[in-house]
Amino acid sequence: MNSLHYLYAAYIATWAIHGGYLVILVRKYSKIQREMKKLGK
Amino acid sequence: MKRGFTILAIVTGLLLSFALYEALIAAPTERTMGDVQRIFYYHVPSAWTAFLLFLINFVASVVYLIRRDSKSDIIALVSAEVGVVFCTVVLVTGPIWARPVWGIWWTWDLRLTLTLVLWLIYVSYLVLRRFSTSSQTAKLAAVLAVFGALDVPLVYFSIWFFRTQHPSPVIGNGGSLDPRMAQVLLINWAAFLCLAWLMSWTRFRLEVLKREVEEAQSLQSLLEPSR
Amino acid sequence: MSFLTITRATLAKDIRLEWRSKDAINAMLFFSLLVVVIFSFAFDPTAEESRRIAGGLIWVAFLFAAIVALNQTWARELRNQVLDAYRVSPAPANPLFLAKALGNFIFVIVLEALMTPLFVMFYKLRVLGAAWQLLPIAALGTWALVVNGTFFAAISIRTRAREIMLPLLLFPLSIPALLAMVNSTTAVLTGEESARFWIALLVAYDVVFTTVGLLLFETVLEAE
Repeated sequence: MNSLHYLYAAYIATWAIHGGYLVILVRKYSKIQREMKKLGK
Repeated sequence: MKRGFTILAIVTGLLLSFALYEALIAAPTERTMGDVQRIFYYHVPSAWTAFLLFLINFVASVVYLIRRDSKSDIIALVSAEVGVVFCTVVLVTGPIWARPVWGIWWTWDLRLTLTLVLWLIYVSYLVLRRFSTSSQTAKLAAVLAVFGALDVPLVYFSIWFFRTQHPSPVIGNGGSLDPRMAQVLLINWAAFLCLAWLMSWTRFRLEVLKREVEEAQSLQSLLEPSR
Repeated sequence: MSFLTITRATLAKDIRLEWRSKDAINAMLFFSLLVVVIFSFAFDPTAEESRRIAGGLIWVAFLFAAIVALNQTWARELRNQVLDAYRVSPAPANPLFLAKALGNFIFVIVLEALMTPLFVMFYKLRVLGAAWQLLPIAALGTWALVVNGTFFAAISIRTRAREIMLPLLLFPLSIPALLAMVNSTTAVLTGEESARFWIALLVAYDVVFTTVGLLLFETVLEAE
């Protein structure tokens, strides 16, 4: 049973890492949107 | 363009879900390691994907050094970034797998050590890109990428020989693979390749936008009357 | 002017300048001594064990000393805008690179020659294997560190956090060379294994990176 925890940990960690990168991308995108608005003025 | 992206996103989502089902439920349970072995279906394809991305980085860097076009530069940047993400997954899932199976968190086995060194090399590449004050960062980064890529076979051989002198547990499936398992492995790899493609495409568009904005900003500051 | 002429002239100039000022040399000599002493306090093994780990310790100590030397490779050139002048001149960039690398090589070898007797003394080292092999190992290993170090030093001067950038770029790429240096030295010290593979790897490493360095230095020099 305990070893099953490791299995879930590995899968969750994988998605956490990909998710983390996605968050970084979204934040970069919001920043660019803001800059574009400022330029557009 | 936009439609292709949406299609890729949907396909990726479907493939990943299917691959997850295959890995967790459909694939046969391994005899010695039990269910923990299923980490294999995430660990190995992530490694292959990372290596492929780093190869793309090398090719793009060489093309950049020849053609000096910004598209190659952006591809190099994107493939390095996404490659590091997948590399991180390998380095995290590896120890999580090793611990219940071998009782240790780390072993200097060939694939894991090679992945660690690659991670270090490409993180240093990304750090150079971020810290460079030169206007020709792309050129410097491309040069570093060439150095890094040429280093890889040397890293491989040095670790391989070290391992033959000092054998230690191997994290992986060792010998032959049950064909059903090989199938699940390939399905997961296909899914992760699509994910990598999706991530790279997104990051590419983001970088193109970012550079356009930067260019517009510098143009604006040039045209503004000085205060 | 031929390639060799420029290389020799630049190298001679550097050695002359270093010899006259002596400030950098003295500081680094003292630093190398400090490193050996600190390591001896940190790792105090019996004579038998020390043979096994001395290879690693010595090369890490050499690495620290080399980094200090490498970090100031281009300092004088930067101060006097020499690199800009080089960019404008029709002279090829390679001799400059080679001369700088050779200068660093000589310098680091001198440091190693001074540190080694101290290590032997503190760790009561005795070579059980083929001692003569230590010479090519030292030469090849030092060149491996210096050729890439000189190259990356040129890249680092175009970054913020210059001093940390050099080791950051150098260390990951030097890992196979470091493995080779350490394991070959240990093999020779303990006499238990053959160092041949590692020496061959060092040769391969040196050939690859000297070639690539010479090919790409001009590109790096251009990137202002």
